[in-house]
Amino acid sequence: MLSIDRTIVDAIVAHARRDHPDEACGVVAGPAGSDIATRHIPMENAARSMTFYEFDSMEQLRVWREMDDRDEAPVVIYHSHTATEAYPSRTDVSFAGEPDAHYLLVSTREPDSEEIRSFRIVDGVVTEEPVRILDAGVDPHAVQSYMFGQSPATVDYECSGR
Amino acid sequence: MAIEVRIPTILRSHTGGAKIVEGAGGTLGDLFADLDSRHDGLKGRLVTDTGALHRFVNVYINDEDVRFLGALEAKLNDGDSVTILPAVAGGALGSAAVAAPRGLRVGSLPTR
Repeated sequence: MLSIDRTIVDAIVAHARRDHPDEACGVVAGPAGSDIATRHIPMENAARSMTFYEFDSMEQLRVWREMDDRDEAPVVIYHSHTATEAYPSRTDVSFAGEPDAHYLLVSTREPDSEEIRSFRIVDGVVTEEPVRILDAGVDPHAVQSYMFGQSPATVDYECSGR
Repeated sequence: MAIEVRIPTILRSHTGGAKIVEGAGGTLGDLFADLDSRHDGLKGRLVTDTGALHRFVNVYINDEDVRFLGALEAKLNDGDSVTILPAVAGGALGSAAVAAPRGLRVGSLPTR
């Protein structure tokens, strides 16, 4: 389960809308080992593409070092799909290199609503998880469930056979 | 000569969980060969079967991306620091050209 503050989700959605129809991408850092996403870091999509995103390698080095210095981890790695559903593509699965991160996908294909879904991607296996949006400042225990995908909870992308 | 190498979480299974290891080599390729002698399988996660740097990792010498320094031919000096990070990329395009890591079979899954 990913628990994330509404203000951060709103900022991610705003970033995705701003870059639409190109894909947007970024990170939400949090204290290492906490699994709490606290610091939103929008990243440049170096590919500037409607179907591909890629962190700029130098920006990534800078941000990853900064997280290291602050004893933070990339709790959430997000990107948008601008014409398809918020589900990891084969490319997303291939590249997923942070086994402890929540991979958050936002689809901006509909002009007035966003689909927001979160996944763990470990060793090529995609596992969807619920997203719990927290309304901080109102009541820390107030919970509103958000989009929760209809697809099976686990999709095994590992192909045997080679 | 000693070169400090920072290992990302996803590759620490090859280093017994160590975040930083030391190695030696005159070039990045030499360093990876040296590391592989003590950290079995590490090189295979960094270098493709055809001997190129994997697309799924970013490697830096000090503050520079090695893709701009000659990749595996990049020269190393004593005291250099090498950082390996997972490349963060993806997107809606389920392109076969970039989707063939770790035994995944290209073309066997629907494009999402």
